[in-house]
Amino acid sequence: MTSPARAIRRISFFIQELPSSAALDGGAQRTFPWIGRKPLSSSRAGQRRRDSFRLGRPGLSTVFESLTKRLSSAFQSLRGERKVTADNVEAGLEEVRLALLEADVHFKVARDLVARVRDSVLGEEVLQGVDASQQFAHAVHTALVDLMGPEDATLDLEGPRPTVILMAGLQGAGKTTTCAKLARLLVEKHGRKPLMVAADVKRPAAVEQLRVLGKQISVPVFHQAGLAPEEVCARGVERAKIDGADVVILDTAGRLHVDDELMDEVARIAERTRPRNQVLVVDAMTGQDAVRSAEEFHARLTLSGVILTKLDGDARGGAAVSLKAVTGRPILFVGTGEKIEDLDAFGPERMAGRILGMGDVVGLVERAQETVDEKEAQASFERMVMGSFTLEDLFGQIRMIQRLGPLKKVLGMMPGMGGMLDKVDLDDGHMKRLEALGQSMTPRERLMPQVLDMSRRRRVARGAGQELSAVNQLLKMHKGMGQMMKKMGMGGMAGKAKRKALEGLSSDGSLAAGDLPKGGLLSNLAGGLPDLSKLGGAGGGPGGGPGGGPGGLPGMGGLGDLMGGGAGRAPGSSATRQSGSKRKKQKKNRRRKGRKK
Amino acid sequence: MGVLSRLKERLTRTRRAISDGISGLFKGGRPIDDALFAELEELLYTADLGKVAAEVTGELARAHRRGEIHGEEDVRAALKGELLQRLDQPGGEVSLDHHPTVILIAGVNGSGKTTSIAKLAHRFREQGRRVLVAACDTFRAAASDQLEIWAERSGVEVVRGGDGADPAAVAFDAVEAAVVRGADVLIVDTAGRLHTQKNLMDELSKIVRVIQRRIPEAPHEAWLVLDATNGQNAVQQAREFTAAIEVTGLIVAKLDGTARGGAVFGIREAMGIPVRYIGTGETMELLEVFEPEAFVDALLRPDGEE
Repeated sequence: MTSPARAIRRISFFIQELPSSAALDGGAQRTFPWIGRKPLSSSRAGQRRRDSFRLGRPGLSTVFESLTKRLSSAFQSLRGERKVTADNVEAGLEEVRLALLEADVHFKVARDLVARVRDSVLGEEVLQGVDASQQFAHAVHTALVDLMGPEDATLDLEGPRPTVILMAGLQGAGKTTTCAKLARLLVEKHGRKPLMVAADVKRPAAVEQLRVLGKQISVPVFHQAGLAPEEVCARGVERAKIDGADVVILDTAGRLHVDDELMDEVARIAERTRPRNQVLVVDAMTGQDAVRSAEEFHARLTLSGVILTKLDGDARGGAAVSLKAVTGRPILFVGTGEKIEDLDAFGPERMAGRILGMGDVVGLVERAQETVDEKEAQASFERMVMGSFTLEDLFGQIRMIQRLGPLKKVLGMMPGMGGMLDKVDLDDGHMKRLEALGQSMTPRERLMPQVLDMSRRRRVARGAGQELSAVNQLLKMHKGMGQMMKKMGMGGMAGKAKRKALEGLSSDGSLAAGDLPKGGLLSNLAGGLPDLSKLGGAGGGPGGGPGGGPGGLPGMGGLGDLMGGGAGRAPGSSATRQSGSKRKKQKKNRRRKGRKK
Repeated sequence: MGVLSRLKERLTRTRRAISDGISGLFKGGRPIDDALFAELEELLYTADLGKVAAEVTGELARAHRRGEIHGEEDVRAALKGELLQRLDQPGGEVSLDHHPTVILIAGVNGSGKTTSIAKLAHRFREQGRRVLVAACDTFRAAASDQLEIWAERSGVEVVRGGDGADPAAVAFDAVEAAVVRGADVLIVDTAGRLHTQKNLMDELSKIVRVIQRRIPEAPHEAWLVLDATNGQNAVQQAREFTAAIEVTGLIVAKLDGTARGGAVFGIREAMGIPVRYIGTGETMELLEVFEPEAFVDALLRPDGEE
């Protein structure tokens, strides 16, 4: 069974266990300097403990507070009520509206959405035992997903060849970069042979930029100086026919939607080349103006879809909702980084989660699907459980995580983690330094760490250009992980708890909203992320059920501990079912035991 | 054409949205009540004022309850007062009295850095200064070329490295060249970076350190370029960039589209960074010194009034 999600669970477990094992010697920060802790004021820390499930960015302005958090205060009025009525729901709906506005959703769209949410919840029974705010977060989430869906929108590559794709948008939206990303995607995933046409004759060196990008991905770029853009495009399409290219991507100049002359120009280009795909490229950071520019472009072109760029930033991306609402056209792709392969399919579920501050689990799984070698992960995991977890395995895992992308990005995709990114100081450099230590070892040393005596350790440190203490820390970490694994493999106490928690994953291993342990992060999220069962995708569930794999997907419990907050509980973290104070005590005990030894 | 009328013309779309919107609110002798304030708040949201919109409207509603607001004119006046108060800063051109005055320009991808630099260079050149530009965006393909073409057009010199060169090294060379050639102003272009990328933000700090090795008190100014179409994320950008370098001013680019520019208020309030210039069009001349009063007036004054 190929199950990237399973591999991901292992990885998240790995990330999770790093700080946990570090906690044994009470020096997490020393051992894992990339997870630095920013100072936390005591009052804030106290609040964080109380809101053990909060998902937002603690301490930041309300702009970044998650909807759930905001709602929980607004829905105090629902406590003890049986039915949702127009009277007891208004305060909450106002919070919903503000949250949407703060995520840059257009105010009219926000108003409509609120009305829709109101309709969907009125008369509904207040679910006792569940926080009313979760019930509402769910309703809002569903409304957002409905609005932004359907999921499977893509380019129209049917019809006569060459398929023409016109890219348009405001200045600085990211058109040129996106052209190259799209071309690469068409080559790699569709086996197509694209030609890019540089029709931005306005911005200095834009043509040169596309040429350089084209060279990087070995896609030819057409340009003819001294011609009007529509002429360049028309000739580009002709050239594609001669050269046997089957897709033509037209990179047009950035233009303001109020600039009639330039809007006429782009309309002329569309008329001359009859593109099957007319794509609007929009910066995810765009505010209220997204609606007006989209309307104008849609009036002049027959837009077939939208690409949202710069989603690797921390913009909530409310523009996505507005765009869909205004144009009725789907969002096809999202740009998620500076590298040419950073172009992902759009998922309304995960976008809704992002807008409401709930993480991007689906994106994480997809990323893993592309980068994680399932066999390698499986073998390494088996060795872990068997107690023969070598340094080689450790480095394998580090490489695996690195392939997923920058740590911060990976963590940011986990539910609830987005809010912590400003609390942790993740430095990918330390991963690299760990790797350097590995490269400084002989194969034998990596397979049998016990042979690493002082003299060898010194050599390894010298070879990696690091201090001896770095080697010692690495070995300590390795040992800690090995012990943890063994314990789990033998079904020790922690393992039992873990298994119980794992049962929160339904039989096919996917996360089922219904039976999540109460108090866990996901139980609070369950309403908001209603369809986590999709996680496994068509390739099968993400885990082998009980005992199949350690850790839940968002098993970030350890990290949560480290950061002093109670946030980030999830099924699969051994502490899932314990209260914060209990957990603390246990940790203390563990630490004491560690010292005694 | 005076500054005000020029600004008004440039910001005409923004002004229409807010000013005409206010006129619309009062149509048919509508009484001032909570519903009206709610609509006013929405109106201000369209200009990306963000939570400032709620604050300002809240103030107005309170003033109304105190009996200080009676009609449309009062609302406009009070609104202007509230907005101006949030932009409290001395206007006028920045003094460039160091030789060379080093100005570092930073911002997220596609915010309009390079174009803004071209406009700044042009402006300073027109003032009779000798301007040197450092092309430290060695990441984006052909970024240096873009800057060079701009520079050629306005007759300023460029120091550049190859694609992929260390931006800090280019910056150092440029500072050296600025000193040796006796330039009055050195403008340092940097690669666009999302404020969430720690390594790139570190790179920015490094450029500053390297510049300081040659001129300890430099950069004399560090300006963050913001895309006026950006919404509430602009505040977050300002916050993160300020953490990496000491941002001394903002340039708000692309302020010539529709209803925009409101993010300025949020940033000013959260960060206290003054706005230096606003970019209002595609040609080199279209960079204005930011004047709070003119800016707010341009937003609020109805058509046909000067």
